[in-house]
Amino acid sequence: MLKQVEGSQAVAEAIALCRPEVICAYPITPQTHIVEGLSKLARTGELGNCQYINVESEFAAMSACIGASAAGARTYTATSSQGLLFMAEAVYNAAGLGLPIVMTVGNRAIGAPINIWNDHSDSMAMADAGWIQLHAESNQEAVDLHIQAFRLAEQLSVPVMVCEDGFILTHAYERVDVPDPDQVDRYLPAFEPVQMLDPEEPITMGAMVGPEAFMEVRYLAHHKQLQAIDVIPELSAEFETVFGRESGGLIKPYRTEGAETVVIALGSVIGSIKDVVDELRDDDVAIGAIKVVSFRPFPLAQLRDALADAERVVVVEKDLALGLGGIVASNVRMALRGLRTPVYTVIAGLGGRPITKQSLHRVFAQAGADEIDDPHFLDLDLAVVDRELARAREKRRSGPIAENILRDMGLVGGKLG
Amino acid sequence: MFQIRIHGRGGQGGVACAEMLSVAAFQEDMYSQAFPSFGSERMGAPVMAFCRIDDKEIRLREPVMNPDALIVQDTTLLHQVELFRGLDTRGYLIVNTTRRYSDLGLGDYVTRFPPHHICTVPATELALKFVGRPLPNAALLGAFAALTRRVFLPSVAAAIREKFPGEIGEKNAAAATAAYDSIRTN
Repeated sequence: MLKQVEGSQAVAEAIALCRPEVICAYPITPQTHIVEGLSKLARTGELGNCQYINVESEFAAMSACIGASAAGARTYTATSSQGLLFMAEAVYNAAGLGLPIVMTVGNRAIGAPINIWNDHSDSMAMADAGWIQLHAESNQEAVDLHIQAFRLAEQLSVPVMVCEDGFILTHAYERVDVPDPDQVDRYLPAFEPVQMLDPEEPITMGAMVGPEAFMEVRYLAHHKQLQAIDVIPELSAEFETVFGRESGGLIKPYRTEGAETVVIALGSVIGSIKDVVDELRDDDVAIGAIKVVSFRPFPLAQLRDALADAERVVVVEKDLALGLGGIVASNVRMALRGLRTPVYTVIAGLGGRPITKQSLHRVFAQAGADEIDDPHFLDLDLAVVDRELARAREKRRSGPIAENILRDMGLVGGKLG
Repeated sequence: MFQIRIHGRGGQGGVACAEMLSVAAFQEDMYSQAFPSFGSERMGAPVMAFCRIDDKEIRLREPVMNPDALIVQDTTLLHQVELFRGLDTRGYLIVNTTRRYSDLGLGDYVTRFPPHHICTVPATELALKFVGRPLPNAALLGAFAALTRRVFLPSVAAAIREKFPGEIGEKNAAAATAAYDSIRTN
């Protein structure tokens, strides 16, 4: 059913259609509206026998999810930012135990400095925890990816994280086709666990594993991710058969035929990038774009193929590996290892800074001429940075950087007293 | 694509205003997108909300930099923030006030717009009269429909009733209709 609805509400409705049996939730901006929406559906009985468990923290949320999933229940939670970090130990455990939990991450920056707005620092921090990680471009894709996520998770017995940009998607009202329940039931069969805690047939899960077997268990977790490289496109194709629209997959090229410059990005920013690509194509600039849907597993071979004819690659990413540069760009370079194709990193949109078409046009022109610093920090105010560096040189006790910068920019009052 | 920027203060419902506008456009089979500003939001702080309307899928995710229409909920913002930034001379301007543009110190500024592209509407007063609370959104949306003709009044009323079911919705729809009528008869 076509609706004009807030992204979080659409995701809540999609989760309900997947018939979860346990939801463990703790609120944190910007994902709060999702679990609020689900709690309302639980209260009105629309979630059937689903147990909605209010917990005391994100760590408890994921711990309860682990217990529920181990007992054979289809299990869901959502979080963002510091919430994801707070549950980190349990996030790794869920993956290590091979439990098919589905979690939404409403992507948000990580402090300090505290900031509630969007970037990809949170999910990137957990990229190697063993979860499959899918990124949504729009609220429609967020809905569709969640339905695919339960199927994928349960087929491979691996947890899946569906990432959607905080505020930009979670708080955006846009057109979403929320599927019919019978369509979802046809696509997503009842959960058949490969392992289950059952008092009738007692087993243990979570064994201590020494050096003699740890490598093998970890290798099999990696192997499962590699299996997903085959399964994700299959499930996407089947989704299209049942629901009549294309959604998901590993990567999605856009106007890359004959493209000399190919731009790569994750999440909602690819929408703005597509608009810029269209405008540049109208001016006969040979440029295209690729959306990476699956960041884990990372589709190395598929990207290498898709980039075979590119003269240069520009990765626009909303994260920063301090002391290294771009995380996505590093992954893309691995896909292109042995080739001479330059990969330029554009760090953009940190802490919710808007990524405008104007700035994208500028940076793509620079990259197209191979005249770009790497990594490039989109719209970084160097004058502000230089003044703070000067203050730090001037005296030892120059004070906290965040407060200094805000004062410099006139965003807060001066010192107290 | 038609882009709208709404300026207000935290608590005045600017985000709900943008959302209702997007629902009204959806009712008319248009694509639309509404979203809040990505800035510090608290009661009383200057805030923005955005809406885009198009006849095809909207992919753009940047804030509305160059609005085709500007809705101002609160005249105390007029000289505090860069309210008119990016507003083209062919754009539309709707301000919630009982005063005239000349009384607001904008007499010269608004001469750049075609006369039928600007209006003032006493939206807060209409809200107090019809709803009993000083929330100007419904009346501003009625004025927007009358001035820009980008959405029809019945769609605006339907969007208001969807957001506020029951009596509150009816009262807000009445405020929107009154604002609409006042602009169309002027």
